[in-house]
Amino acid sequence: MTSESKRYVVVPGEKVSVTKAPEGPYIYEFQGEKRVSVVGLVDSKPEETSFIPIKGFYVPREGDVIIGLVTSHGASNWFVDINSPYQAVLSIYDFFGVRQGGTLPDDPFNYLHVGDFIKARIVTFDRIRNPILTVQDKELGRIVNGTVITVKPAKVPRIIGRKGSMLETLRQGTGCDFFVAVNGRIHIVCANEALQEIAVMAIEMIESQSHTTGLTERVKRFIEEERKVRGV
Amino acid sequence: MKQRPEKFFDEHGNRLDGRQRDEMRPVDINIGVLSNADGSALVSYGKTKVIAAVYGPREPTWRYNVLPDRASLYVRYHMAPFSTEERKSPAPTRREIELSKVIRESLEPVVMTELFPRTAIEIYVEVLQSDGGTRTASITAASAALADAGIPMRALVGGVAIGKVDGVLVLDLNEVEDNFGEADMPVAAAPDLGLITLFQLNGVMTLDELKEGTDMALKAIERIVEKEKQALRESATEVEAL
Repeated sequence: MTSESKRYVVVPGEKVSVTKAPEGPYIYEFQGEKRVSVVGLVDSKPEETSFIPIKGFYVPREGDVIIGLVTSHGASNWFVDINSPYQAVLSIYDFFGVRQGGTLPDDPFNYLHVGDFIKARIVTFDRIRNPILTVQDKELGRIVNGTVITVKPAKVPRIIGRKGSMLETLRQGTGCDFFVAVNGRIHIVCANEALQEIAVMAIEMIESQSHTTGLTERVKRFIEEERKVRGV
Repeated sequence: MKQRPEKFFDEHGNRLDGRQRDEMRPVDINIGVLSNADGSALVSYGKTKVIAAVYGPREPTWRYNVLPDRASLYVRYHMAPFSTEERKSPAPTRREIELSKVIRESLEPVVMTELFPRTAIEIYVEVLQSDGGTRTASITAASAALADAGIPMRALVGGVAIGKVDGVLVLDLNEVEDNFGEADMPVAAAPDLGLITLFQLNGVMTLDELKEGTDMALKAIERIVEKEKQALRESATEVEAL
């Protein structure tokens, strides 16, 4: 954020002249004029005017790596909550990496339970079918360590920060490992529980103060102070 | 039951509650009042108090609600048993079912339902205190709650009722004016798009009165939507003030 940038809140139906907006239905045209469809910030700078949505939810896109919560299973698939309007499906054949109709363990549903978090990629999603997931890639699959927290998907860009600056602050401050999925779920792996608590609190702080300026510095100070208090 | 007043205007031409004939009751809009809902709003038009909660888009609660090309909008308008002077049975009445449909249809033109096929957006409107104009206050509350939930909308909607009492057009009816007046005309509109989304008339008006009443309503709705925008802006910048 440069000092000459000017920010103001816009609400649905208001006219804007923005040059940059994230992918999604945030800007639409009415009688040749651009208008916004959700509450957001217009960040006006000499070089460009961008729109940052404040409120919103996650809409699946093919290729996104997400963190899902297993909610139930069918005859040959798990149903996964991906923090979006649509429920995702993970096939057991995909989970075990065998071809459709191939040999599976006798008790396939004992390998992934309701309540487990998985890291997965969205393979297909369109207007007529719910998202289908795959876990057949490096670093995908069941999450076995650390903790997963859920934040509002609209806050994800702020948690990552410009070119990953906020995430780097969190990493350096706590020494934890973070994976931020686009659907608003964050996987945190820390050396001990105290550090994990600090990391969670810092993320909650970013979420609630996401549209304020000078946040990176405040988060840095917050982590340092908390570490002193807890002696870690 | 309230009695019919002898006169609806005093010697100065003011209404029973001291308002001018084209004066609204104080409008108050609070955003994000419920933490369990995706979006919520509490709206009061004078003594009329309405709360709206929005959920979704999400997997439809009822499978038969699925629409293949867009999200289905579900609205439940309900009056709390304590909202009226005499206890109202909590069971849904014919009137409440009808108003649910009316409120849904006044929101459908602005919600971008085509973006989320096969999902459901659920809006629960609860009237906490009723003093006339509950359907228009409900529309304002539902619109603010939808915006709070981050559901893409073409514009914000506001509603207000016009009535005729003692042969005079008045803005924003209260319960007595509604019960004993000659006409009641609720209007909802999206001023940003120049779109009227609800237009009902109960009673008798001349064509000139209808035109004048519509103008009065649209002017008032502009002010209501401006308040709605202000409330949404404040809800977005609340943290900044810390």
